[in-house]
Amino acid sequence: MSTSPRILTLRVLRSSPAEGEAPHWEDFRVEEAEGMTLFLALTEVRERLAPSLQFDFVCRAGICGSCGMLIDGKPGLACCALTRDHGSTITLAPLPVFELIGDLSVNTGKWMRGTAERLETWIHSEAQPDLTAVEPRMEPELAEAIYELDRCIECGCCVAGCGTLRMREEFVGAIGLNKIARFRLDPRDERSDEDFYDLIGDDTGVFGCMSLLGCHDVCPKGLPLQTQIAFLRRKMVAVGLK
Amino acid sequence: MRIVYTDVLVVGGGLAGLRAAVGARRRGQDVIILSLVPPKRSHSAAAQGGMQASLGNTFKGAGDNEDVHFEDTVRGSDWGCDQEVARLFVHAAPQAVRELAAWGVPWNRVKAGPRQVVMDGQHVTLTEPDASHGLIAARDFGGTKKWRTCYVSDGTGHAMLYAVSDQAVAERIPVHERTEAVALIHDGTRCHGAIVRDLVTGELSAYVAKATCIATGGFGRIYRVTSNALINEGIGAAIALETGVATLANMEAVQFHPTTIFPAGILVTEGCRGDGGLLKDASGHRFMPDYEPEKKELASRDVVSRRMEEHIRAGHGVKTRFGDHLWLDITLLGAQHINGKLREVKEICQHFLGIDPVKDMIPVRPAQHYSMGGIRTDAAGQARGLAGLFACGEAACWDLHGFNRLGGNSVAETVVAGMIVGETMADFVESSAGELQVSTALVREFLEREQAKIDTLLHGNGTENASELMRRMQDIMTEKVGIFRRGDLLQEAVDELQALLLRSRKIGIGTKRAGANPELVTAYRLQKMLKLALCVAYGALQRTESRGAHFREDHPRRDDAGWLKRTLATWHDDFQTLPTLAYESLDVTRMELPPGWRGYGAKNAIEHPATEARVAEVATIRSAFGHADRYTVQQALMPFDHLVPEAFRGRNARPGDETS
Ligand SMILES: Cc1cc2nc3c(=O)[nH]c(=O)nc-3n(C[C@H](O)[C@H](O)[C@H](O)COP(=O)(O)OP(=O)(O)OC[C@H]3O[C@@H](n4cnc5c(N)ncnc54)[C@H](O)[C@@H]3O)c2cc1C
Ligand code: SF4
Ligand code: SF4
Ligand code: FES
Repeated sequence: MSTSPRILTLRVLRSSPAEGEAPHWEDFRVEEAEGMTLFLALTEVRERLAPSLQFDFVCRAGICGSCGMLIDGKPGLACCALTRDHGSTITLAPLPVFELIGDLSVNTGKWMRGTAERLETWIHSEAQPDLTAVEPRMEPELAEAIYELDRCIECGCCVAGCGTLRMREEFVGAIGLNKIARFRLDPRDERSDEDFYDLIGDDTGVFGCMSLLGCHDVCPKGLPLQTQIAFLRRKMVAVGLK
Repeated sequence: MRIVYTDVLVVGGGLAGLRAAVGARRRGQDVIILSLVPPKRSHSAAAQGGMQASLGNTFKGAGDNEDVHFEDTVRGSDWGCDQEVARLFVHAAPQAVRELAAWGVPWNRVKAGPRQVVMDGQHVTLTEPDASHGLIAARDFGGTKKWRTCYVSDGTGHAMLYAVSDQAVAERIPVHERTEAVALIHDGTRCHGAIVRDLVTGELSAYVAKATCIATGGFGRIYRVTSNALINEGIGAAIALETGVATLANMEAVQFHPTTIFPAGILVTEGCRGDGGLLKDASGHRFMPDYEPEKKELASRDVVSRRMEEHIRAGHGVKTRFGDHLWLDITLLGAQHINGKLREVKEICQHFLGIDPVKDMIPVRPAQHYSMGGIRTDAAGQARGLAGLFACGEAACWDLHGFNRLGGNSVAETVVAGMIVGETMADFVESSAGELQVSTALVREFLEREQAKIDTLLHGNGTENASELMRRMQDIMTEKVGIFRRGDLLQEAVDELQALLLRSRKIGIGTKRAGANPELVTAYRLQKMLKLALCVAYGALQRTESRGAHFREDHPRRDDAGWLKRTLATWHDDFQTLPTLAYESLDVTRMELPPGWRGYGAKNAIEHPATEARVAEVATIRSAFGHADRYTVQQALMPFDHLVPEAFRGRNARPGDETS
């Protein structure tokens, strides 16, 4: 069953803000190979056709969250996208919302650091842990539930898919709300709902979300964003009513 | 000339660098971290399986302690490690796990009562003790006597990296992302920081620091087939080598992981076998018990990888047009276990193979995985040869792993070494040796030198193609410096790599832009990576024995008489095409665990002349201290307390143990 391989056209939105090069589409042709991912295809483009092409792959295994881009208009991880699941022309554009570095590369790192600082995404605890003592216990189910929310890889796909964020830059996004849900669930974090309300109790936080769920469908880790946002909103409404 | 001053400069935002940075910061130092990528994207995130620490909480971990962990580590290393460092490490590892728990890592916890597990192909019921309910759980990993690998499903590295990275944010430590250290500033005896390239603008700056720590991870990308991330190119180790005074150790000690998916090389965790997965051949036969009746699939990685390749050579592999592979069968673990505890594995199989491991076997073959070698440091993390330079994590040769590291001991090393080197650097900065004494002339000289190198690449008249040379280097390493090594092939590899190094001085670049320029980056990194590749290949050629992951078909025995020593590589001047090698003997007369058989793999070592006497001496000490507790006996055999920083002294408590 050997049919000749497809010739793929990668239609890439190229730009180089540093050199004042405005966004424009450029087409690259590569021969499809068995099991080809967009990582492999783009690497080939860079090696053979466009040595200056910018993109960000690190783990090439769907783990590190570096390679989010708009694939045929939808945010996703390029390293996990098999070309066989796409047509013979695939359009690739950088994620919106984030600062553009060039071609398919955007500065998600800066945005994520900003989120971490603003939402203080670390365990807040007064106690100094005694490292030689037997560790405090935790219910196994609770540990697993925390990990469920801890699986976010900060890829930014939900951010790029969010309608609110395109209008309101300061909105924390589904990723930010998920982080709050994660720390709220964690008994090691001593912050109260009032503390969390101070962080997300307005329309740059949980009340800014319009529940359009552009975020939920695009999360490559399948995080339960929809239920978490709804749950958090109820909790924050309760604080607001106090 | 742009100069940034700081007390401590940490090059690398993976687990090791972040933990070291937090430590130094908490001691009041100003710290800056450099990273090629946002720190949470570092390759530490890819560690799936887990972290070893002898908490002894589970049924199959009961009775575990530092002594057992120590022996497993030394045997795993094939006696190549520094035993004092191994002691220091096993002592601090439980503290590191507990610290991470306090920082929010959602470690899987023990659930009291009976549970079903798969062991040796059989379903077995284990009953976890009530007293351990809710304590940190552990899974089985290769080369360990006890179930000791603490884990967060199969996202352990991710959870650890996020927790430590968020601590760095909490401590307000700036991370300069998308920057790359391209040279160390030094005067031949003292390191003063680094020359750093901004990967977005292309600008070079000088970061002048009292203490500089390299935590840049491994260098797997000198190989074509590797589980490592694309950024694991070893530039941190290379710039240390390029100082001409700092030393790289045991570079030929390269680990190949048994189970990476074929042909992409993406890793599926050792946890698959630890949790009961089996290796099978083309005819569906489980072959590991034929070779390793004792440990089977769970012998150490070097042994399992070799047995797999041996089995493929004997014609039992599954043949495809990309080459041969074997099968990893985890179907017997069941959907619930795979969907919960091995979910990343499932996702990887779905994304890259289009199969479901609940129903289908996974095609696997060994690939390059870990660099035991790296920047040689002492037990405190101070680099040899250059004051003010420190190293930790996979970039370092602290020498915990010798010639083979155990699964789960690496992420553990990153945080433990980070804890220690953070203290060491703070001590150094506070001491008079830590004073900044650097002339701006020296800084300027280094900046100009690096700028000149880049200008030559951009505007010189070179004609060689960097990606082509890179591919050639990677092929040579995978084909000739791989799992099975042989003198003639290694000699060919060394010759060819030298020729590539000469050609790499004449690279030409099509894209002339000074800013973000992937072609330029490949070019200057390749020049450095070739030096590392030569350290690996030349070290492997010279070492005419087999030890751990270094296996010579023409010298198949471990030779303690001739080779119980560490390889030290330096690169004195830039026009050399080979490293200068020297050797440092390991002192058998001081070993707590004198060389012997590992308990798996071949049993044919050539004995060191001092081994017999030391074995007798250890036996005498043990019997003389017959009634003493294990701490006293250990102290008599090989004291290491002096190496433990003040903050991490004290005995680790375990449930049900009277800590005496
Ligand atoms: C797929 C995979 C799975 C693994 N699973 C396990 C496991 O289950 N258990 C275990 O114990 N070990 C495991 N390991 C090994 C372990 O993950 C690594 O050894 C460890 O995480 C390395 O951490 P590190 O901090 O030393 O380096 P890394 O996490 O690799 O970080 C290196 C950092 O240095 C930066 N950097 C590099 N060069 C420069 C430069 N020139 N300038 C500035 N910054 C630079 C990078 O940006 C990065 O931030 C695994 C490894 C792989 C590849
Ligand atoms: S549900 Fe909320 S967070 Fe998600 S896309 Fe819509 S507005 Fe954004
Ligand atoms: S929530 Fe999902 S889509 Fe959003 S950043 Fe995290 S992993 Fe990516
Ligand atoms: S490169 Fe890491 S997620 Fe795609």
